[in-house]
Amino acid sequence: MKRALTILLSNPLSVVGLTLVTFVVLTALLADFISPYPEHAGAVVDFLNANKPPSAEYWLGTDVVGRDQLSRIFYAYRVSLGLGVVVLAIAVPIGVTVGLVAGYLGGWADYVLMRITDVFLSIPPLVLALAIMGLLEPTLLNGMIAVTAMWWPWYARLVYNITRAQKVEGYVLAAEVIGAGKLHIIFREILPNCMPSIITKMTLDFGFVILIAASLSFLGLGVQAPTPDLGSMVSEGTRYLPDSWWLTVFPGIAILIAVFGFNLIGDVLREVLDPDL
Amino acid sequence: MNSILSVLARRLATTTLVLFGVSVLIFLIARIIPGDPARIALGPRATPEQVERMRETLHLNEPLVTQYFYFLSDLLRGDLGISLYTNRPVMTDIAQFLPATLELVLLAGIFMVAIGLPLGALAARHRGGWPDNIIRVLTLMTVSAPSFVWAVILVLLFSYYLPLFPIAGRIHETIMIPPVTGFMLIDTILAGSWDGFWSALHHLILPAFALSLSGIGQAARLTRSNMVEVYDQPYIEMAQSYGFPEDRIARKYAFKPSLIPSLTIIGLDFAALLGNAFLVETIFAWPGISRYGVGVILQKDLNAIVGTVMIISATFLIANIIVDLLVAYINPRIRYAERSK
Repeated sequence: MKRALTILLSNPLSVVGLTLVTFVVLTALLADFISPYPEHAGAVVDFLNANKPPSAEYWLGTDVVGRDQLSRIFYAYRVSLGLGVVVLAIAVPIGVTVGLVAGYLGGWADYVLMRITDVFLSIPPLVLALAIMGLLEPTLLNGMIAVTAMWWPWYARLVYNITRAQKVEGYVLAAEVIGAGKLHIIFREILPNCMPSIITKMTLDFGFVILIAASLSFLGLGVQAPTPDLGSMVSEGTRYLPDSWWLTVFPGIAILIAVFGFNLIGDVLREVLDPDL
Repeated sequence: MNSILSVLARRLATTTLVLFGVSVLIFLIARIIPGDPARIALGPRATPEQVERMRETLHLNEPLVTQYFYFLSDLLRGDLGISLYTNRPVMTDIAQFLPATLELVLLAGIFMVAIGLPLGALAARHRGGWPDNIIRVLTLMTVSAPSFVWAVILVLLFSYYLPLFPIAGRIHETIMIPPVTGFMLIDTILAGSWDGFWSALHHLILPAFALSLSGIGQAARLTRSNMVEVYDQPYIEMAQSYGFPEDRIARKYAFKPSLIPSLTIIGLDFAALLGNAFLVETIFAWPGISRYGVGVILQKDLNAIVGTVMIISATFLIANIIVDLLVAYINPRIRYAERSK
């Protein structure tokens, strides 16, 4: 952990990434205190100030019902980050366990588990999420289920490949020879050696979960109004192009800032910890 | 051709298995959802008798396994049922909307390869230098925003502020082209209309570019990392010690071997293009599968959702088979293995 931090602080790219991510996380956490108009996170209307271009009063302009865009972006970050945490907290343990078990046990467990993984991987991710969202109700919870369902197979694949390479290594054979249990070998011996790759992939994926969640709500199938969401803000704004450009451009850049930040960190981590990922 | 044929046979076998799995998965998702499909199909005002009759015709009263086999046998006959949204066979709907999407995805795929690979090779050739750093930041940026954000930015810049490209649609509205294949570029040629062809291409470029941006980034990053790995090989060092020009080393000795692992992954990225087409089509009012797909999802049109997912997955799997064949063909280890037989 300490090593990772030293690495990140010594590379200008990841310093920029850390700065962006810190900014995003802070605005999300402190949205109640730093938003110019915290009440605009909800279903507020103020038609007198509707659709105003950026000004000293409203730095990023107002939306079509007069809500401050800057405040809404801060609150949208809160939703996006929460979604990222929940999705990865569910998808990663599932994928990692599947990959470890299939890779270490081999045989029919390998065959069955990895074919199921292949099935999930063979549906374009966004389409799978769309189908799940479509068949369930389009709510935040179902959005998380949909995104989780498309995410775990990537971890299964990653960990599976590492496990297959690790299980013939000396330390695993040694553990087998002294009679260690399968569970011990899988979770105590092999798993720690997968961690650098898993953590690197999680950093990169955190950005991508935000991106996919925004894409789903852009299509009207994710976070529902009045909860602020970057994707639905862009989607509502496209009807007012090109005159009210601030409605789409600012939320779009907000997505870019968050995802770019995580990607910069992940990219530097990958270079140092796991060049093969 | 033996080993390429065996690659094809192996891929077809696994693909069939995977498609079968997809059909089970989609069937299960469609069946575990809350609500009675018969009730959804008939609407809230249907009588219980009508619902019961519908349940019989849809085989909803049979065990789940029997239901699945009805579903599968319909699927194999190419019958995806009737869409509640358009009241037409789902297959007809998809046949109408899919070509527009495929046209977009194919051109985006071409951009991805034609721009992404050289960009990655350039970065690897100057690894550690400033072109490498610039390309790294740029490609990280392109993968960091969803394609609809790029679409909005491109439309604002190149359609509204600089009116270089059309804002929406597939072809100039005064040009009428009889649909034959559904691919506008092909149909215009078939109709002998060169104006139509250029107009269709002109309409296609901006959405395809918006769609391809993150793919270009992925392809460039992948090419760079694979090529850098090749640069560590002893034969590169030998070529350098012989004093071969760096550009020639890059082109002939480093780029080519790195192509094989890159292409396989680029085949997977094709999946992302198919999904992301949903996002780009919305911005450009592109009459593809997206509007239909989102429409049927919002209407809870079960048959159409299942059909769309099946067809898109099949398209994606076929694309991957083509990529695998291509890789098998350009890989000298496979190609020469045949000749020696």
